[in-house]
Amino acid sequence: MATNVLPRPVQRLIDEFARLPGIGPKSAARLTFYLLRAADDQAFDLSDALRELKERTRFCSVCFNITEEDPCLVCEDLGRDRTLLCVVEEPLDVVAIERSRAYHGLYHVLHGAISPVEGVGPEDLRIAELVERVQKGNFKEIILATNPTLEGESTALYLQRRLAGLNIRLTRLARGLPVGGDLEYTDEITLGRALEGRQEFKE
Amino acid sequence: MPRERTFRTEAIVLRRTDFGEADRLLTLFSREYGKIRAIAKGARKPQSRKTGHVELFMRSRFLLAQGRDMDIITQAEMIQAYPALREDLVRATYASYAVELLDRFTVEEDPHGGMYKLLAEGLGWLETADDLLLAARYYELHLLALAGFQPQLFRCIGCDEAIQEQDQFFSTELGGILCPKCQDKDRSAKPISAVAVKVLRYLQTRPWETVAVLRLKRPLHHELETLMHHYLTHILERNLKSVDFLHRLRREAALFAPKDES
Repeated sequence: MATNVLPRPVQRLIDEFARLPGIGPKSAARLTFYLLRAADDQAFDLSDALRELKERTRFCSVCFNITEEDPCLVCEDLGRDRTLLCVVEEPLDVVAIERSRAYHGLYHVLHGAISPVEGVGPEDLRIAELVERVQKGNFKEIILATNPTLEGESTALYLQRRLAGLNIRLTRLARGLPVGGDLEYTDEITLGRALEGRQEFKE
Repeated sequence: MPRERTFRTEAIVLRRTDFGEADRLLTLFSREYGKIRAIAKGARKPQSRKTGHVELFMRSRFLLAQGRDMDIITQAEMIQAYPALREDLVRATYASYAVELLDRFTVEEDPHGGMYKLLAEGLGWLETADDLLLAARYYELHLLALAGFQPQLFRCIGCDEAIQEQDQFFSTELGGILCPKCQDKDRSAKPISAVAVKVLRYLQTRPWETVAVLRLKRPLHHELETLMHHYLTHILERNLKSVDFLHRLRREAALFAPKDES
């Protein structure tokens, strides 16, 4: 057996990198040696960032988004419409919707979607918390903004059933054609929904 | 079957997982080549020409290119989307079950035209069936037959005598019915009612259209479901995720919407 000539700290970092998704042993070694040669600052910045990531972040106790402060900045923001709630699967979906600049209400992050295939059930998600929040709050509309995948649809259907009795307007994101898309390559379901949801030309 | 560098096939999407930045890794069950894994590049981008054609349970026409490790999907065009499965959580769960079951019974690159046809039709039955339990039993029995595990329901597997119309025993070990005289040949054999035997035989031999109009009482459904799941777990030597999910869904349904679940 070949002796491992790498010093233990080097090998340790390689092993840690290799545990990350999408990084194999070769990339892990490359990253490690890059950091070994880089300025001290860069390596320490990285280690600080990692420490902060775990120590300074938590879930917002209201919307379950990732946050530094609890409740999070969105939940605390009095300028937002507090009668409007948008339910999403992942924290990154909040980022995407914020980027659109078209939404000014509050959020609720489920941390996943119901998946019969993967065996993810309603109790594995932040659904009980959502129901309680909606019952206590005075929301006028809840937007079910789960992904238009089978899992996302299943989740929306389930939520609709759970929230139906509360007399609040439930909506689902519209489905249609992407910017820069092509009718010819669009699937029938999307095209059908796009036709259903067609809109009057606004002057 | 040897494949060309690029090849065309009709297939149903069994599973899909996110892969890399914007790709999806699909497990397809194809009519011509059996189960294959293929990568749909960029399928998670909304502008992708493939996105809507490679969603779970869709039956699509694919053009694939042979890659080094995995085939790459170059074109996809949906044939049948089974929309009703996407609008009903219970139907979606049964569809997951149908797909998971087929996935467990097949190995990669082993073509089976009969199973392809069964799955393509089966997803259609699950879209429209009034009684999903019945559709599930029908699908299971026919999948078992195609996979080589058809339970013997007409003759006693102990003594080969024709089965009489009376309560019998079902042996998961031997894969069929033991008459009361032979029940000792498998001590773990479970009792099965005469009417359950009758229904199973009917499902095994009749086309779905004839079966679909049957109306079974709840206790009978319960007996059949328990028996089939017992047999299937025995053969597969593992529990199915979608079955656990179905049970959870039923418990929930009992809590929140008592009249909703069949």
